[in-house]
Amino acid sequence: MSKIVIVDYGMGNLRSVEKALQQIAPLQSIKVTSNPELIRSAERIVFPGQGAMPDCMRELHRLGLTDVLIDCAKNKPFLGICLGLQMLFEHSEEGNTSALGLFKGEVVRFKEDHLFDEEGKRLKIPHMGWNQVKQSTYHPLWKSIPDQSRFYFVHSYYVREKEAVVMGTADYPTPFTCAVGQDNIFAVQFHPEKSAAVGLALLDNFVQWKP
Amino acid sequence: MTLAKRIIPCLDVNAGRVVKGVNFVGLKDAGDPVEIAKRYDEQGADEVTFLDITASSDERGLILPIIEHVSSQVFIPLTVGGGVRQVEDVRTLLNVGADKVSINTAAIMNPQLIADAAQRFGSQCIVVAIDAKRANTPSGFGVFTHGGRKETGLDAIEWAERCYKLGAGELLITSMDRDGTKSGFDLELTKKISESVGIPIIASGGVGTLQHLLDGIELGGADAVLAASIFHYGEYTVREAKAYLRDHGIEVRL
Repeated sequence: MSKIVIVDYGMGNLRSVEKALQQIAPLQSIKVTSNPELIRSAERIVFPGQGAMPDCMRELHRLGLTDVLIDCAKNKPFLGICLGLQMLFEHSEEGNTSALGLFKGEVVRFKEDHLFDEEGKRLKIPHMGWNQVKQSTYHPLWKSIPDQSRFYFVHSYYVREKEAVVMGTADYPTPFTCAVGQDNIFAVQFHPEKSAAVGLALLDNFVQWKP
Repeated sequence: MTLAKRIIPCLDVNAGRVVKGVNFVGLKDAGDPVEIAKRYDEQGADEVTFLDITASSDERGLILPIIEHVSSQVFIPLTVGGGVRQVEDVRTLLNVGADKVSINTAAIMNPQLIADAAQRFGSQCIVVAIDAKRANTPSGFGVFTHGGRKETGLDAIEWAERCYKLGAGELLITSMDRDGTKSGFDLELTKKISESVGIPIIASGGVGTLQHLLDGIELGGADAVLAASIFHYGEYTVREAKAYLRDHGIEVRL
């Protein structure tokens, strides 16, 4: 049985996530798979995602992974990353896509017309680079990570939650939710696997997390 | 509090070694790619870019194990470019651990490649590299290939806008007039492109001092600045560059 499973549904690059986990948990079995049985039997689930939401959801359905993901998200440590955060919500503006619906709320695009910094300079989409994350709620996954640490982001859409517990926010230029958590789920918009020491610390906290 | 401006050291790789030359000629050996990337990561680089300038096609595959090694040891974004011709090449590079792939000449020959690659892998990992030079075009800047020797007839600003519309996630703008000269970025070029597209711009070509990095951000409107030789030869560390920017009021990750 694999301890940690990285859910592979053929979209984007999962090697970075795998390599970062190997770095912090060299003795644990880490598997990248689309096999529903392996996912179901794992101890911990990492659910990454890149690219376009409609394609990701289509592939999850095609591979028959939606039910197993919803089940796993209810009963074992579950870490969503980037689109793996967005897909936990009900709906995305991107291609008018229905998602997994574990959290109430929707995924919306940064509005080009509203993106100006204090000096009136236009902000770019995607929101790409290192931004500070305000830890709004205490959570074991923030352990030993200083508040306002910078994590690496690259995304054009963000979640607008209704009920989920907000664990972190970032400003672009106004605050948006970049981490949510509830029971055994923790999900982030940024990429811990590409966020140097603080990112590895978050992954390490996840590997040790006993919700 | 806002998004930090990025400093990106660039490693030109020739047949598996890091090299540096002036205007793409007179290449000098600058060391082992894995060691150099690790050093930059330790100094606080925000990303690292690898540009494969290997001329012979049978030696070009040598970059793959390098990226594989680097991505197992360095946990910041890695961009790889050079010799990317088709969607399959993008996939190969992503599979060995690249986070973004930069496309240059092949995008000029076949702009649909940008759209196809962005559609398949997401805009976030598609960088279009534009080598520009002052020329007799509407904006005064033309797009060049072959290390600045071959004029394409494209206007640099129009091409940048087209890349943006086709789905590029970021543009890497290199002034071929300035590359290797240490006389600073072409700020007019950087600013014109940064103002005409809604995606992040990386300024490149010509950095010789820390002031040049600051100018690229403040005057050129760049979201990120890329430099090679000032870091390779130990003139400045990435950390010194960031401290300099911070002291001049720029948000950086320190």
